[in-house]
This record gives sequence, C-alpha cells and structure tokens, in this order.
Amino acid sequence: MSGIWVWIEQHEGKAANVSWEAVGLARTLANNLGEPVTALVFGSNAPALAEEAIRRGADSAVACEDTTLVDYRLEPYAALLSKLVGEAKPSILLVGSTTRGIDVMGALAVDLEAGTIADVVGIEVDGGTIKATTPAYSGKLMATVVHADPGDAPRIFAIRSRAFPLPDGDAGRTGEVKMVEPVLAEDDIVTKAVSFEGTGGEISLTDAGIIVSGGRGVGGPEGYEPLRELCGVLDAALGASRASVDAGWIPYEHQVGQTGKVVAPDLYIACGISGAVQHQAGMRTSKVIVAINKDPEAPIFKLAHYGIVGDLFQVVPALTQAFKKKLG
Amino acid sequence: MRIVICTKETPDTAAKVDVAPDGSVTWGDAPLVINPWDEYAVEEALLLGDRGATATTVVGVGGEDTKEALKHALAMGVEEAILISDPTLVDADTLVTSRVIAQAVRKLDNVGLVMLGKITTDGGSGQTPAQVGWRLGWTILTYVSKIVDIDFSAGTITVERLLEEGKQVIQGKLPAVVSVVKDINEPRYPSFMGIRKASRAEIPVWGAGDLELDGISPKVKWVEIESLPPREGECQILEGETVEEAAGMLADKLIEEKVV
Repeated sequence: MSGIWVWIEQHEGKAANVSWEAVGLARTLANNLGEPVTALVFGSNAPALAEEAIRRGADSAVACEDTTLVDYRLEPYAALLSKLVGEAKPSILLVGSTTRGIDVMGALAVDLEAGTIADVVGIEVDGGTIKATTPAYSGKLMATVVHADPGDAPRIFAIRSRAFPLPDGDAGRTGEVKMVEPVLAEDDIVTKAVSFEGTGGEISLTDAGIIVSGGRGVGGPEGYEPLRELCGVLDAALGASRASVDAGWIPYEHQVGQTGKVVAPDLYIACGISGAVQHQAGMRTSKVIVAINKDPEAPIFKLAHYGIVGDLFQVVPALTQAFKKKLG
Repeated sequence: MRIVICTKETPDTAAKVDVAPDGSVTWGDAPLVINPWDEYAVEEALLLGDRGATATTVVGVGGEDTKEALKHALAMGVEEAILISDPTLVDADTLVTSRVIAQAVRKLDNVGLVMLGKITTDGGSGQTPAQVGWRLGWTILTYVSKIVDIDFSAGTITVERLLEEGKQVIQGKLPAVVSVVKDINEPRYPSFMGIRKASRAEIPVWGAGDLELDGISPKVKWVEIESLPPREGECQILEGETVEEAAGMLADKLIEEKVV
C-alpha cells in the first residue's frame, strides 16, 4: 500500500488546471512521504496528457483512450478508476473538487469503503496523519478533517481549484506511460451523452485569476457591458451577485456566493455589490478585493483592500481606460 | 412511480455562523431552515406530478430539528415525510448518510427517482447524490439545471447538466438519482393550507434497526473547526480630483500588488 495517485480530468482533450495543481501537490507530498506519484488520464488525448502529467511532476502515468471515454460519463470513468485503485491500493488519491471530481470520488468511496475529504484548501502531514483544511458552512468557517482508520483504502482528497500552486512543466522529466483497457463496454453504460454547449470562450469563474463582478448596482442586463469591457482588458471572468441573477439580468452560471460558486481569484473587483454575508462567503478568500460602490457604508468596504466610492458607470470605464494605458 | 426527495436542516443562509468557545458551531438567533438547494429538488418533484409521477415522499436524516425541513417540504405539497434518526448517526459522513438513504429508498416501494439539492450548505461536500446512486446501481445525473424529458412509463430521462465548461445534455434510464442546481426552477412558497396541514402531520421516525444498518462508522472525522480570521487592515479608499485620477491610482495599486 503505497503511492500517491492523481486523477487528471479533461474536457475535449484539455486537462483542467486543478488537475495539474493536484499533480503539484502530489509531488510535494511525495517528496515528504517518499512515495511515487502516478497520474491517471482517461479519454480524449489521454497519452499526450499522461506525458504532460509526468513533465508537471508525476513519476509515471496510466492512460486509457477508448470511444466509451471520449465524453466524460460517471459510470465508465468511475468503474475504471475503481478497478485500478482497488488493485494497486495507493495510500493517497487526489482529484479536483469539481463537478466530475466530486462524483467520481463519491462512487469510488462507495466501492472501496474509503473516506473522502472535499474542497480541500490546505494539507499538512503530521506524523502518520494527514490533516486537510476545508471551508465549512459555505465558506463561513474552516474545518480540519482527517481520515479515520483508512485500513486498506486510500485516503481520498478533492482539492479546490487555485488553492495549490500550478506546477510548470519540466521538459526533462520522463517516465513510463502504461496503457490500459476500459472496464465497461458501451452496452453496459446506461447514459448517453447527447450534446455539449460550451460557454463560448468565456473564462470560467473557478479558473479565473481575476474576477470582475456586478451586483444590484449595475441596474439591468445592459449594466454589465462596462464590466465586460474591463474583463476583456484584464482577461477576467465576469461574476454576479445573487440579487442580479435573481432579477434575471445575467445567467446563473455567473453567480458568486453561497448558492452560486465559491471563488478565490488573485483579484476580485466588486462593482455595485453591497456585500451580503452570503456573497462574502463566496469570495472572501480572494487575495486582493476591490470595492466600487456609491454607498460608503456598504459592508463590502469592510472586506475590501481598496475601494472607490462612486458611480460604477463612471469608475469602471475610467478603470478600463487606465489599465489599457498602463498595461499597453 | 414514486419520487423520493432527500433533505436536511441547515442554518439560514443569512446567518452569521461562528464557533463558540466550547468548539460547537453556532448561528445566533438565525433559524434552521430546509437546506436551500433542496427546495429546488422539492419544487422539481412537485412539477413532475404533471408529468406522470404518482407519489412524493420526503426523507430527512438527522435529529428532531430535521422535522422542520420535512414540514417545509410537506407545506410545499409533498405527500408524506419520513425522519431517519438514530444516535449512531450523529457523526455520519457522506458514506454513512448515503447508505442510510439508499436503504430507505429500498424500503419504499416503486421509487423511480431520488432527488436532492446539489450540496448542503453546512458541512456539505456534494458527494451524497452520487454515492446514493452508486449504492443503488441507478443512473446518476448530478448538477441538473433542466429535466428536458422524462417518461415514467418508458423509463427514460434526459437532462441538462451544468458543468464547469458548459451545459451537457445526457440521457439515461429510470430509476435515477438526480441532484439539482438553483437554475432549474423557482420554488413555490408554501400555501396557508399547506402550512396548516404540515403542522399537523405526524412524521414517522425510522431508526438504524428499521433500515438494518449495523456496524457502520464514518471514515472521516472533523478534528477542529474555527472561524475565519477577521481581515486585517483597513480598506484603502482611493480619492482623486476626478474619477479618472482615482481610477488611475487604483490601477497603479493593483499593478504594484502584482495581481494584474
């Protein structure tokens, strides 16, 4: 029972950044625990992604490329992962805390009677115990969680996007890539992927280094336009408060907060957002927070590092111009 | 076919959650309410009544407080509620909870669909839906933003799922476990009559013995819980003669912080 395994998730042949962050974390743990790192990649582009996983820190990789695995579906992915992990019995398994990672980890936990810790933002090795920190009560508290008597089962952790550094690739690193066969045939899989509608090149909130977010103060759907322009200059993702989503001004996938997405970018620019406790729960761990609001008493200013008291329809375009000038 | 909705009780989202000196989690005077995500599951189950579902049952796992969440679902229009409560379940993790729910579903007859919110707002990890489905060996459809098509007699379901990169349309067979996101509907307010009926409802309680659950123990434990440290330092308000000047100062600060 040894080894640190990382499941690399991919969409249309491109790995999620959080998976590389998991490889980076695995490398750090491996150096500490003296165990090898193995990456597992299934589906489109698996062999190439396996090589990339090795360049980013894995010692070896296991890959499976098959028509049943092109589009992610839980059953074939979990069945294969469950078989591989069950046979090799690694001591630790890392996945991304994403829609796919959470489901795959949940299924695996059932098969292997393994404990799981989701949404991990910190890991500390303390003798034989591995302590994970994870936000609780939707980010209002922080809990330290450990595995109880893992026995033969791996300790499974799902790590939050952007909580651990993204490792660069090292072209000099090489290792063995083992190709394996899938477990389920198409006839054994009850779900069929019908279609996929991408978000059209928009940067996803959970991956974004910068988020420009608008609340009730934007006043309507067209009020997001100046924010979109700022997003364009900064390569930022567009966020929104619950109030503006509930008003129908912007689709739900943009919502930040307790009933939306929990984010932690390097820079969070809150425009016309008062900063209700539910919103704060979704963004308070951002590295630098900027508030732009007409109301100097808005609670968001208590959380922000920098603020401008003023009309967002004047401030945001001025900020866009300033960045255009200064960033060339 | 019966639809089972799973729910639990969580502090109101507006609550200021904190840790008391004895290490317990507190939420002041804020009420415990039905987990907000589960309201969408309840609403969707009720809407499916028009599409051929014949019965609805809401199941909650927890203590006496959980009855309030169950009554909220009853007041919205769910027909019956069951509370699963047992001293051995106090420290339940998702592995334990999913086993309890799966056993309860097996005990109920003619279940075609289990519906849950995508996550709970307390210690939630969002794994329970997949784990319940995996235990039952049913189709698992999580993060559903729309039920595109469901045919209880043909036993088919097509849904739209909200993933990080966009929307996936996926087809499966019933029975299925479905977890829902907020986008799926607008939960109704309980009617006055509904609230009256719910307040009088006798909610049966099932214990571990009723579900033949022996010797299950959680595989993870919380060793510490703490409040987030308050943010240090004050907000630096940038003021200029003009908006352009203030915006320029802010841009300089952010470039200096190396965050752009």
